[in-house]
Amino acid sequence: MFSQQLINAVSLGSVYALFALGFTLIFGVLGVINLAHGAVFMLGSYIALLLVEQFSLPILPALLLAMVVSGLFAVLIDLLVLRPLRARNAPHLAPMIATIGVAILVTNIMQGLLGAEVKRFPVGTLPDESLGFGDLHITALQIGIVVISLLLMAGLWVMMKRTQLGRSLRAIAESPKAAALLGIPVESLFYFTSFLAGALGGAAGVLVGLSFNAISPFMGQPMLHKGIAVIILGGMGDIRGALIGGIFLGFAEVFSVAYISSDFRDAVAFGFLFLILLIKPSGLFGKILERKA
Amino acid sequence: MFESWDGFWSTYSALIFGVGINAMLALSIALTLSCGLLSLANAAFMGIGAYAAATATVQFQLPFELALLLGIIFPVIVALIIGVPTLRLSGVYLAMATLGFGEVVRVIILNIDFIGGPMGLNGIPNLTNFWHILLSLLLVIFILWRMRQSKVGRAFEAIREDEIAARLMGVNVTRYKLIAFTVGAGIAGLAGGLNAHYTYTIGPNNYAFENAVEILTMAVFGGANSLLGPILGGTILTLLPEVLRGLKDYRLAVNGLVLIFVVLYLPNGIWNANRFKVWQAKRALKRNVHGGGDA
Repeated sequence: MFSQQLINAVSLGSVYALFALGFTLIFGVLGVINLAHGAVFMLGSYIALLLVEQFSLPILPALLLAMVVSGLFAVLIDLLVLRPLRARNAPHLAPMIATIGVAILVTNIMQGLLGAEVKRFPVGTLPDESLGFGDLHITALQIGIVVISLLLMAGLWVMMKRTQLGRSLRAIAESPKAAALLGIPVESLFYFTSFLAGALGGAAGVLVGLSFNAISPFMGQPMLHKGIAVIILGGMGDIRGALIGGIFLGFAEVFSVAYISSDFRDAVAFGFLFLILLIKPSGLFGKILERKA
Repeated sequence: MFESWDGFWSTYSALIFGVGINAMLALSIALTLSCGLLSLANAAFMGIGAYAAATATVQFQLPFELALLLGIIFPVIVALIIGVPTLRLSGVYLAMATLGFGEVVRVIILNIDFIGGPMGLNGIPNLTNFWHILLSLLLVIFILWRMRQSKVGRAFEAIREDEIAARLMGVNVTRYKLIAFTVGAGIAGLAGGLNAHYTYTIGPNNYAFENAVEILTMAVFGGANSLLGPILGGTILTLLPEVLRGLKDYRLAVNGLVLIFVVLYLPNGIWNANRFKVWQAKRALKRNVHGGGDA
């Protein structure tokens, strides 16, 4: 069953990577640990569910719309919470604590509105064919997850490395002040980054909602923890690191469940996180940028 | 409203105990914050203390006082062990590492059958009374107050304001950070031990991320730069859910709003010792100017 585990690991890992990508993007460009990213992820999942259930949209357009809405929501967080803190030059603790507040607020409002019970996508949302190679089964969903994740990540990579926009974003990551002096519209690119990160988080939410078929107001918190582990493994603010860290975590979890014990699944992520922090706090690829915001 | 004092007490004793426990927890995280460390490990230390103390009374029938002492010693030892490597990290990296530590502790507790595993530890004797909590809180306040007056407190302040400058002045930064971390762990452990002995039951999920955040909220809300701030924060945020009963499902959402509001508009918390000092100094200055001459 080794190859079956391999496929499960790659598909789980790509979702982790996708989620962590938005997280790492915000940290890289805005210099903020956005602990509301899990809430954005949860919201994305619910929006897709709403579109599929109420408006009987096919899953792909629902995914795209969910990405747009979660992106806009992330911009709203930036506008209402992060921007005032930037303007005040608040210490780096402040945005972290404020975004925890946002996460608590959104989670509990969603729970109040929709109840705490777990919701599912209706049957038939996805084609249920699967490719079989001998004992090996790859579902359409697993292929979809990997393809969509890889496309989004490749798109982001090309944008960051090859376009003027990406160059500007990298300049801001280096130093927002210097970037502003060079005439880069820093503030609007902050919003753009938030949108992008939110959209990626929302996409991850939809994919996780589909693959575990369980959507609840509380799904964001555990994912957030995984995301933290991934970006620390890969190095904070590093796109390549988020990708490799995500896949790595997917592998570590799937194989520890398969070959050691399911009890320690959640400990794997944080065991690694803890180890990496002690041995190489900058992560596998990162360099520590102590930016005093 | 109540027939007697007994009626009031049986309804609200858990709430009043909670105020004391949460004040101690808020003070414990304010201590590490006062040294410029954002450590989110206090919920885990509280858990270690709670489990150590409850195991002592439930499994080994040790006296309560000894159990509480173990509830302080265990987290302190763990803090010493993980503190040395962890405290090299700063800022958000430390926050992430301590968050990871909390998860590791949770999963370890979850997998030890001797202390109940996922079922938690049940049937803990109800030994905590009002005086235990009051005395512990006063003791904690006294120790922290003495610390602030001493060389240690000044070293904390120097490190918080500028770590490099403090090191250049000859402050042993690592040592003082470790002191803040372990004393904080001890206080959190004491709170955990006391808490476990009036809730009858504890579980591994009682000391997870949400609780770490709650403790942080109380300290930040009250104002982490003074002793009074965290106590106020702990008290108000413990009583708030009771007052907001009418909101039902949205009660916890208010906590989130409070957190955002405080960070945005009251960056130093509701009790800002510095503001008070500035006001006092201004008054003194005015008095000197007006009544000056003969002094």
